[in-house]
Amino acid sequence: MVVGILSIQGDFEEHKKALSELGIDSIFVKYPEDLSGIDALIIPGGESTTISRLVKKWGLLEGIQKFEKPIMGTCAGAILMAEYVLNEFDEAEDISFHLMDISVKRNAFGRQIESFETKLKFQGKEFTGVFIRAPKITRHGDAVKVLIEYQSSPVMVQQGNKLALTFHPELSPDALFIYEYFLSLTG
Amino acid sequence: MDILKGTQRLKVGLAEMLKGGVIMDVTTPEQAKIAEDAGAVAVMALERVPADIRKEGGVARMADPSIIEAIMDAVTIPVMAKVRIGHFAEAQILEELGVDFIDESEVLTPADEEHHIDKHAFKVPFVCGARDLGEALRRIGEGAAMIRTKGEAGTGNVVEAVRHMRKIMGQIRRLTVLPEEELMTEAKKLGAPYELVRWVAEHGKLPVPNFAAGGIATPADAALMMQLGAESVFVGSGIFKSSDPERMAKAIVEAVAYYDNPRVLARISRGLGKAMKGVDVTKLSEEELLQTRGW
Repeated sequence: MVVGILSIQGDFEEHKKALSELGIDSIFVKYPEDLSGIDALIIPGGESTTISRLVKKWGLLEGIQKFEKPIMGTCAGAILMAEYVLNEFDEAEDISFHLMDISVKRNAFGRQIESFETKLKFQGKEFTGVFIRAPKITRHGDAVKVLIEYQSSPVMVQQGNKLALTFHPELSPDALFIYEYFLSLTG
Repeated sequence: MDILKGTQRLKVGLAEMLKGGVIMDVTTPEQAKIAEDAGAVAVMALERVPADIRKEGGVARMADPSIIEAIMDAVTIPVMAKVRIGHFAEAQILEELGVDFIDESEVLTPADEEHHIDKHAFKVPFVCGARDLGEALRRIGEGAAMIRTKGEAGTGNVVEAVRHMRKIMGQIRRLTVLPEEELMTEAKKLGAPYELVRWVAEHGKLPVPNFAAGGIATPADAALMMQLGAESVFVGSGIFKSSDPERMAKAIVEAVAYYDNPRVLARISRGLGKAMKGVDVTKLSEEELLQTRGW
């Protein structure tokens, strides 16, 4: 199995490190043709506006939208998975790839000094959720399952074989089992 | 449930999110908007870009908070701002304003000639300049969450940034091949904390992201710094001192993402108008150098 990590901008190296801890091979995805040989795709954290602009400009959008295998978006990646995106000034932004029926608000907790770590629970196991200038999932459609909540708002959701996480599992050594869950979706 | 804020993981984490991107100096909300639209991962809010600070002389200080706030209100990407070396009161003010990153910068006139800011005392992350590995590790020891080369700001001349990046990367490579018993002497020579020297020897990299800054003016300059080992690029005067800032900004963003692909670089380097004029660093006198500020 080979996992592709979108490596236009952001912390794609950290995802590679996390996958190698699990003994999983990964490649960086920068060009449309890189999508053809992979079994799953990760859209990492970074600046969603930057990643969106380059994905559209360099012809990756269509390939990502047609990609039928599992996709996981973390933080900026979750924003890019969404159907609708609002920025912190409540203005609609046309930056996302429309992969899941969710609405997301960027920088919803405030600026960097409001970034936080907290304990989350998944599959009965506790781990550290790292939220950095994190977005909030403000709406999810009927086809979307909420897997983890924090303060009664979803922080990890699933629709079919697509996952959106508003936190950074790649920055928590105790969150590796989230990757295992994602990889289980490859069937 | 317990919540932690201002941890080293959150500080370095934001620096990680900025990797593979371009941080642009801006002096107005309009420039900040141009930078954001071009794909900048963050902006540095300033009163004057380094080229103008160099030209006008006098004491360069933290920008007026009203300028920084106007820029914070104009864009959704992180906003950084500079404080003078050692001026922790300026840093307290910037933290209160809510800036996302503080640059303790040699571009401004130093406020303390012996001590840098205790960056552990802040919730907001700091970036600091360095010319060699010892300086980088001293700043990290004080709590910096990101290191950048100093280069020679405001010159549009990449030669000093190259010198500093090669020096730091070379010193890192050297540490990785030294036997354990030589590391203490090496730490003494570098003037760097022993534990950090050991960490670098084991991992072959800095414990925080390592960015390039100081004199980067073209997409090719940005690609050069990335190939030399930078994880992102700061562009100060190079964008808004060029003849077509919008195009230059977009081109440098793409050059950082595709730094290892000459075909892409050739395409985006065409027809960008004039890059900033720049100065020959060897013509600057010792007092005119910014990189020698800090220790």
